[in-house]
Amino acid sequence: MDVYPRILSRIWGVPGSHTLAVAEQHGAYNAARKALAMSPAEVTDVVLKSGLRGRGGAGFPTGRKWTFVPPPEKRGGKPVYLLCNADESEPGTFKDRFCMWNDPHQLIEGMIIASHALGVRRAYIYLRGEFEYVQRRLDEALAEAYAKGYLGENIFGSGFSFDLYTHLGAGAYICGEETALISSIEGYKGQPRLKPPFPAVKGVWESPTIVNNVETLAAVPWIIENGWEAYKAIGTEQSPGTKLFSCSGHIMKPGVYEIPLGTPMMDLLNKWCGGLRPGRTLKAIIPGGSSVPVMTPAEVAQANMDYESINKVAGSYLGSGGFIVMDDTTDMVDALTNLLRFYAHESCGQCTPCREGSAWMYNILCRLRDGLATEDDLVALRDLADNIHSRTICFFGASAAMPVQSFVTKFRDEFVARVESARAGLPAGLAVAK
Amino acid sequence: MSHDQKSIHLRDMHGLTVQGPVEWTEEEKAEIAAIVAKYPTQRSAIMPVLWKAQRKWGWLQFEVLKLVAATLSLKPSEVMEVATFYTMFKKEPTGKYLIQACHTLSCALLGADRVIRHIETKLQLDEHGNSPDGKFTLMRVECLAACGSGPMMQINDDFYELLTEQKVDEILDAMAADRPLPVPRPEVDQWTYTPVS
Repeated sequence: MDVYPRILSRIWGVPGSHTLAVAEQHGAYNAARKALAMSPAEVTDVVLKSGLRGRGGAGFPTGRKWTFVPPPEKRGGKPVYLLCNADESEPGTFKDRFCMWNDPHQLIEGMIIASHALGVRRAYIYLRGEFEYVQRRLDEALAEAYAKGYLGENIFGSGFSFDLYTHLGAGAYICGEETALISSIEGYKGQPRLKPPFPAVKGVWESPTIVNNVETLAAVPWIIENGWEAYKAIGTEQSPGTKLFSCSGHIMKPGVYEIPLGTPMMDLLNKWCGGLRPGRTLKAIIPGGSSVPVMTPAEVAQANMDYESINKVAGSYLGSGGFIVMDDTTDMVDALTNLLRFYAHESCGQCTPCREGSAWMYNILCRLRDGLATEDDLVALRDLADNIHSRTICFFGASAAMPVQSFVTKFRDEFVARVESARAGLPAGLAVAK
Repeated sequence: MSHDQKSIHLRDMHGLTVQGPVEWTEEEKAEIAAIVAKYPTQRSAIMPVLWKAQRKWGWLQFEVLKLVAATLSLKPSEVMEVATFYTMFKKEPTGKYLIQACHTLSCALLGADRVIRHIETKLQLDEHGNSPDGKFTLMRVECLAACGSGPMMQINDDFYELLTEQKVDEILDAMAADRPLPVPRPEVDQWTYTPVS
């Protein structure tokens, strides 16, 4: 295995890594000092050239997103806001929790640098409600940074002043969608908004707003300190850098692993994740969080862990890097039913295709799981998924549709077998090889 | 989020009477002023103030929602729509220990259903998830972002991970006896920090 720098998980596992004293021993806030001596445009340029892409799921180039903020004369006197998306709620994803728990100062430093680049005076970290204990740790880290003068007025004597706050959600998956997050922090139901206007032009409190994921912002200090060339040298041409993968399911060593983008998927599975449980064979992998299309073993064997390869090989996405492994003991009908219960529960209810469709798909899958479905149900399931995809305000509709479309297509035999066993009057699941 | 459940919650909220005065202390008023100052609009403080109210009164009775609305110069309906949208705002009372057990895919693959059924049997929970003495309430919830250390559950504010039936027994027995528990550190799993050779 090649040697590569650990960027995000650099000090994870070091005792007291979450404290300012230990983080500073490992170079925390050096990058912020360096960035505050640069012009905002220079900082943005470095991030742009590094090729860093948004780690929340969409993979949009971060530097480019930053350039969408209108220049001061076109903001109508409005301030610019930076929101850190720490809602981490995509099933199979738990890397941001590790980032904030193990190295909160890396995120704070990233936000200082980003705010300097964007001209932000006030920024917020939006955490999912269940992360109250993570919020406590972040608040402690913020207090330490304020006490040292790394936050607040005139940071490092640069003239740049910046305040950073945490904001706690209260249990709504949809708030990880950037416009829903904006609605939520404004004190409304967390329902997504139509784009355009894009948040960079008109976001929170009607002001230009940049929403970046925790892992994205945490990568910024290293890039500033080591230069965009160093970052670009890791990973692939179009997917530079390292990424955190949250690995779960039927593997020997579940956990969060930082690896260079472009690493073969089989290497992640066998080398980092410790492979499958003894005596088991691979049935499927969901590579990027529950919303992305599932992959078959044949696809897994050909794909690399980067944005382009997964899409090219399997029509799937790298997403948030939630790597869910399923071995041959997995019943794919049960697995999909489980996922659709999630989507039916979490639809915000705003758009009819998603609100009604996700519940319908779940109902059909329950019938299928319980041995009560017919061939018509399989057709209806596919039809519903196809009609939800791309017909909603936000991407949630597609996120509920893609697992259905991919499971039913790629593991069709298991779904058909369920229908056939139902027709033959056999108990549910009997026709499915265990 | 089931819409039927929501309407039942709303009815209950109106039907239940409030015990004791529903008002902030002077100290709490000052804390709320500090929260409000963090945001450019007063409305943005709804969620932090609802959290504060829930911590104080245990759950969000209608009288409490009205107080939050008055505190932030909002209409009760504006606070109500936020309180009912988010699942973690409690619209009805729960036991002293609220157990939120994850049953989404990654945890399910590792036996979450077995663990949850064990909790139900052990605590003799009724159909609403409450134990006979009212001390425990169990909710099956969707993914809590601890997929690598499933099955997992959250009890009140803390995560308990890598659960087995035996581990559940230890945790719940301690809580049943109100014995102080060791502060649980999220068991960010044992493998992550091991260098790969």
